[in-house]
Amino acid sequence: MATVTYRQALRDTLRAEMLRDENVFLLGEEIGLFEGSYKITEGLLKEFGPRRVRDTPIAEEGFVGAAIGAAMLGLRPVVEIMTINFSLLALDQIVNHAAKIYGMFGGQASVPMVIRTPGGGGQQLGATHSQNVELFYSFIPGLKVVAPSTPAEASAMLKAAIRDDDPVLFLENLALYNTKGELSVPVEDVEPAEIGRAGVTRPGADITIIGYSRMARVAAEVAETLAAEGVSAEVVDLRSLRPLDRATIVESVRKTGCAVVAEDDWLTYGIGAEIAATIQEGAFDWLDAPVRRVAMAEVPLPYAKSLESAALPSAESLLTAARATLRATGRVLETAS
Amino acid sequence: MTETVRSAPRATRSRTRGAKTPRPETAAATPPVPPADADTLVGYYRQMLLIRRFEERAARAYTEAKIGGYCHLNLGEEATVVGLMAALRPSDYLFTNYREHGYALAKGIGADRVMAELYGRSTGVSKGWGGSMHLFDAETRLLGGYGIVGGQVPLAAGAALAVSYKGGDEVVMCHMGDGTTAIGAFHESLNIAGLWDLPVVFVVINNGLGMGTTVENSAAEPELYRRGAAYRMESARVDGTDVVAVRDAARLAVERARSESKPYLLETTSPRLKGHSVVDPARYRSKEEKEALKAADPLARMALELEEAGILSHDDRDRLDAEVTAEVDAAAAFADESPAPDVSTLFDYTYATPVPGELRRLPADPVFGS
Repeated sequence: MATVTYRQALRDTLRAEMLRDENVFLLGEEIGLFEGSYKITEGLLKEFGPRRVRDTPIAEEGFVGAAIGAAMLGLRPVVEIMTINFSLLALDQIVNHAAKIYGMFGGQASVPMVIRTPGGGGQQLGATHSQNVELFYSFIPGLKVVAPSTPAEASAMLKAAIRDDDPVLFLENLALYNTKGELSVPVEDVEPAEIGRAGVTRPGADITIIGYSRMARVAAEVAETLAAEGVSAEVVDLRSLRPLDRATIVESVRKTGCAVVAEDDWLTYGIGAEIAATIQEGAFDWLDAPVRRVAMAEVPLPYAKSLESAALPSAESLLTAARATLRATGRVLETAS
Repeated sequence: MTETVRSAPRATRSRTRGAKTPRPETAAATPPVPPADADTLVGYYRQMLLIRRFEERAARAYTEAKIGGYCHLNLGEEATVVGLMAALRPSDYLFTNYREHGYALAKGIGADRVMAELYGRSTGVSKGWGGSMHLFDAETRLLGGYGIVGGQVPLAAGAALAVSYKGGDEVVMCHMGDGTTAIGAFHESLNIAGLWDLPVVFVVINNGLGMGTTVENSAAEPELYRRGAAYRMESARVDGTDVVAVRDAARLAVERARSESKPYLLETTSPRLKGHSVVDPARYRSKEEKEALKAADPLARMALELEEAGILSHDDRDRLDAEVTAEVDAAAAFADESPAPDVSTLFDYTYATPVPGELRRLPADPVFGS
C-alpha cells in the first residue's frame, strides 16, 4: 500500500507501460526536456530517450494526426495535449480521422492512440484555458472518453486506454494532479480497468450523486457531509463518458429514487443532460423528484477570483442541490433538518 | 523534365531555377521515345487506359444512380497516377485524398473490388463503408482515401514516423490536390516531416483548380513546389502528363526518402479534363479553356508518341482498349451482382476493442428494453 498523487500515478503508469511494450511512445509539447507542463512526464526523456519521448512543435493538428498515422501502423502513441482547450486545434484529426478510420474502411485499420489532456477551471487561467469540452468527444461514436477521479483509477484506466485498440481521450483535471490516494499494489501490478464501467464508490439508499473526474471527488466529499446529517447518499463515479454505463446509473436511481448530477462543464447540452435523459428513460417510475444538475454558470470563465469561484460548481453548490432534491421528494427523513 | 529546389544550406538563398511549368522538350532536342523499354511503356499505357475507361464507366454508373454520394475522377491525371505508382515498391504505403480510384487501380487493387466499393457493396475494398472517397486496402498498403482536404497529410507523416521508429525501409507517399497547400495541416506536417527526418514523399497534384478556384486565386506562391523551401525540404515540379518523367521524378524522391530518410515535396502538373466531381459541369471554365484541355490529354499524347515510335500501332491500341473495356465491364457486372452489406453488420466497426455499455440501437429503438 502506497500513497501517491494523481500526478505520480500517471507518471509511474506511463513508465510501466513503456517498459512493458516497446510500441508505446509519448509525444506532445514540452513533454521531454521540460518534463511536461504539469510534470507528468518527469524523468521519462532521461530514461527512455528522444525516440520514445518526443517533443513536438506547437502544432496540435499535425502531431495528433501523426500519432494517428503511427497508430495505424501498429504503434501505441500516448499524446499529451497541454490542456483540453488546445485539443480544439486538433478537432479535425480527432473527430474526422481517429474516430472514423476503423469504421470508414470496414475494420481494416484501428487507431490504438491515447490522448491525455487536462481540463478544469479554478486556476485563474481565464476563459480560453479553463474549459471542459469533453462533451465534444463524448458525442462521437468511434472515440472512447474516460475521466478517472483517483490515483488508483487513473493508473488502472490509463493502462486500459493504452492497451485498447481504439482512440481514447483520457481526461485529466488540473485540480486533481496534487490529490492523493492509495495504490494497493505496485504500479506495474495494477490491473487495467474496464472502459465503459462506472463505479459505485459509496453505497447509499436516499439519493444518487453522479459525477466524474473532479466532480466525483466533490461528490464523495458531499456524501460524507450528508452522512453526518443522517442522509445516505450513493455516489456513482462515471469513469467512462463514452461508452456510458447507463445500467449502473439507472440501477442506482431505481434504488434511491432521486439523483443529482455534478458536472464541471456547462449545463446546456452538457454531460449532465445525457445523464438526466438516461435516468428518465430508465427509471421514470422510480423517480420521486426531478433530476437536478449542478454545472458551471453559462459564461466564459472570468479571471477574477470572486467571479471564477462563483461560476464553478463546488461542494457547497452540490450540497445545496442535493438537499433541495431530497426536499422535493417529499420524503420525511429521520434526521434531516 | 523536372525543376528542383535543393534544400537550402543555412543562410543561403534557395537556388530555384525558372518559374514556369516545364513543357517537354522532346520534339526538337530528344527522340520522341522516353527512356524506358517498349514493354514497360505499353504497360504504363494500358494502366492509364484502364483508369480512363474505369472513370468513364464510373461517371456513367453515377448518372444511372448506381453510385451515390460524391464521385471525383482522375480524368487527365492518368500519367501522373501511373508514374507515381511505378516509383513505389509494393511494401510502400500510400495515403491519398478523395480523387483516388486510379491510385487504387495502379497500386494493384482489382477493378472489381474498387467498383464494388463505389457501388456500396460488401465486396468493395472498404466493405461498402467508405464509398468513392474512402478506398482502403491493407494488403496493397493503400492506407486510405480521405475526404477532408489535408486530413491525410499528418497521417502520412505519422505513418512515416512509425516506419522510422521500427527501423523499416518502406516509404510513405502522400498525394493531395493543389488546394491542400493552403491548409494548416499541410504546413504542420511538412514542418514535422522535415524536423524529424521522416521517409515521406508529399505529392501535390496541381491540376490548376481547387473545385472552381484557380491556383493563382488561392496561393500567394502559385509555384507550389517552392513551399518545400520553407521546411528546407528538397522539392521539384514535373510535367504530370508525361508518365516517364513523373516516374523518374518520383523515383528520385522515393529513393532519397528510403536511403536518407528525408522527406520530399513533388509537384505534378496535369489538366483536370472534367468538372470537380461527376455532377460539376465546370461552367466557370471558358470555351477556349475547354478546347485547350483536349490538347493536354495525357492519354492521347502517349498514344501518339507510342505510335510514332513504332511501339504501339492503331490496331494494337484498339485491342488494348477492348481488353480494358472488358475488364471494366466485368468490374461493373461484379459490383452490380454483389450483395449490399447486411444491416446486421451495422455495429461491427464502431470499435476494434469491444466495450460494455455501447449503445446498439436503431433510430426508433428505446434506450432501455423494448
